[in-house]
This record gives sequence, structure tokens and C-alpha cells, in this order.
Amino acid sequence: MGLTASPERSVATYDPGSQESWVATRLDFLVNWSRANSLWPMPFGTACCAIEFMATAATRFDLARFGMERMSFSPRQADVLICAGRVPFKLAPVIRRIWQQMPQPKWCISMGACASSGGMFDNYAVVQGIDTIIPVDVYVPGCPPRPEGLMYGIMMLQEKVKRERLADNVIRHEMAPDPTSQLYIPPQAIDELSEPFGNSVHQTRSGL
Amino acid sequence: MSKSFSPTVAGSALPDAPAPATPRQIRYNGGDPNPSLAELRSRFGEAILRSEVVWGETTVYVERSRLHDIVQWLHDDPGQRYDYLSDVTGVEYRDRQIPLQVVWHLRSLPYRRFIRLKVEIARGEPLEVSSVFDIYRGADWLERECYDMFGIVFAGHPDLRRILMWERYAEGYPLRKDFPLRGRFSRSEQLRQALAANPEARYSMEELTIAQAFEDLPEAMRRRLTAGEETGE
Repeated sequence: MGLTASPERSVATYDPGSQESWVATRLDFLVNWSRANSLWPMPFGTACCAIEFMATAATRFDLARFGMERMSFSPRQADVLICAGRVPFKLAPVIRRIWQQMPQPKWCISMGACASSGGMFDNYAVVQGIDTIIPVDVYVPGCPPRPEGLMYGIMMLQEKVKRERLADNVIRHEMAPDPTSQLYIPPQAIDELSEPFGNSVHQTRSGL
Repeated sequence: MSKSFSPTVAGSALPDAPAPATPRQIRYNGGDPNPSLAELRSRFGEAILRSEVVWGETTVYVERSRLHDIVQWLHDDPGQRYDYLSDVTGVEYRDRQIPLQVVWHLRSLPYRRFIRLKVEIARGEPLEVSSVFDIYRGADWLERECYDMFGIVFAGHPDLRRILMWERYAEGYPLRKDFPLRGRFSRSEQLRQALAANPEARYSMEELTIAQAFEDLPEAMRRRLTAGEETGE
């Protein structure tokens, strides 16, 4: 895994059968190139992943190389929400509010096992994956992920940004949560996703 | 509240004592008890049920009804001066024969002493002990946490409500042994209830009367409140 994107992926390809004009693809390229290289992260660090995130932003790994020079501590000026760490249920409405305050276009990176799936905290207090609260673009595995892992995730996000097309704006449609339950995915899907597995099956019942 | 602050110097009541050193070779069980124990026994007699010394720390089991008097005396008596309440917590054992315990950790800075008070609450008895909030203001959040996690009611606490879990948390008391690790509700129901909370609810009306603090609020918030906007949960 190299830390630079392969060159053939960084350019917009022109497919004559795609009904896209040359001007539109060139414009896409320009817009996507500028967006992908000036992502402003909104750091939502709650646990040890945030330490790795800080290491990623510091001199040795230097997120500024990816255009993430400025941490945007206001969601209104942020492009990408990086959720680093476990999210307790008490923070669920907070991260939801932050996500809704971010302007389009916006993306989300779920950093680490806890943010992605609840990790080892299969308990009463921790959200089992932030994708049950907000839509997630890139999951970075690890506990916590090393800075290289986070940078690989960021580069995957850049690839995703570079592949957007003006002609196909489905990616711009903002998901709206179900108005009654405020959930993005159906409740039975959430229950099924967070079914315990392995040892935690035995922890669902108290011994008493 | 407006008493002037005078710092307590550790060991100030023992001017002739040697400088404190890290204790070596402490026995697991037994050893010299805290000197306060003998005075507690002579003063409160029957209310001191039993005591033990583990790792050099004295634990005193006291009667529930006398707890407040004992803490008050330990705090006020010039020969004790337990001026620091470091923790209030609870212990529940998986063995149902062992009663639930409420634990107070008291420290005397002037005398360099530490004592642990325990009250046992047998199964089936109401989980209620008296609050020591009127003695130690620091007991406020400690007792709230103990109430939140164990459901122990501290009678006399001015504002006993949940502190770690949100105030409308309806699943019970998480550190009790009969509480399932993953909570009582399904994941989707837990999420639904959590998302229904207001993330801007920072004050409760018990904690801060908005009317009292109105003059101190920022201009924008005052304008919003005057227009009838609701605050808190």
C-alpha cells in the first residue's frame, strides 16, 4: 500500500458513451480536485482514536499534505466529520446535531472499531456503530488505527470525492431520517446489526 | 458559602510526627487500625457493628441510622477533622446472601488518616441512607452518581437525579447485578430514546433557576428567553 494514489485514478476518464460532455467532465475534474484536496475535518474525538488522529495531524504524518491543514471546530465550515472514538448514547443526539449542521457537500469517516461497530463496548451505554445515527462514507478499522490507516481512509475518501459527477447527482441527495423514530435505517436492521456474537452472547443475561 | 478560604496543610495537626514515608511490608489482613476507630467505639458503642483492617486501611461497618451522626462527628471533632470526603460509592456482590454496601471514604488531612465507612443494606430493605451533603458539599455529585448507578436514595440530598445517564433514562440502574450488560431495551429502542433527547439541555430547573440567573445570561439568550423559548428538558 503506497501512500500516493495511483495516477490513473486521479484523473477523470472520458467515456464517449456516458452522455457526459467534455466540458462537464473537465469541470467535474476541477471541482472534485479542489474538493478532494481541501477537505476540512470536523474532529469528533471521544477516546484513544483521537490521540492517533492528533498524531496524524502532527508533524510526522502531517495531514496538511492532504489539504487538511485546518481543523474545523465549527461544523458549519467543515467538510468531513471524523468520528474518532466510542460514542455513548448520551452523545448520540450531539453527533446527530453536528452532522446536520454541516453544509453539503459533506462526508463522514468512522475511525476505529468503536465508532464503526461499538468495538469491545457491547454494553448499555455505547452506540453500536455510528452508522446507526449518521451516514458513513469510510470505515477505518483498528483499535486504534495507526496514522497510516487513517491516511489510507482519507485517501479512499478522496477517491470517492474524485469520482463524483455533475451528471449523476444522486450522491448529493441528503438522507433524511424517519420522522417518527429519527433513525436512518429501520429499527429491525439496527437490532439485527447489533446482535451479539462470540463471547458476548453469554453476557446478555445476568447470572442472577 | 462566603467563608474565607484557608488552606489545610497536610499533617498540620501532627507537628512532631516524622515525615511521612511510603509504608513497607503491609499485611493484607490485620495490623494497626486507624486511631479513630477506638474513639468511634467508645463514643458510638452499639452503632459500630464491626471493623476490619485490610492492606493497612481501616473499614468500619456502622449502623445505617447513625451514619450521619458518625460522619458529622468525624468531621467536626477537633481530634478527628476528617475534612475531605474522597468517595461515596456502592458495592453489590453476586452472592445474594451478602448485603449491598454503601461506602464512604473519608480522609483527614491534618492528621493524615484515612477511614472507610460502610453501611450494609440487607436484601429487601429500602435502599435509603442519609445524605452527607450538609457536611461535605462535595458529596453532591458523588451521591448523584451512586444513585444513578445503584439506585441508592440519599435522603436529604437537595437535587438527587441522574448524573451519568440522561435524566429520562428508564432502563434501571446499570451497576446492579440484575441489570443485563446490554441494557433492558433493544438497541433500536435505546437509540430512539437517546436521539429524542435535546442536546442543548444543559441545565435543569433544579440545578439553576433561570429566573435567578437571568441577569447573568448573555444578551442573545435573554432575548430568546423573553420571547418564550423553553430551556432545558
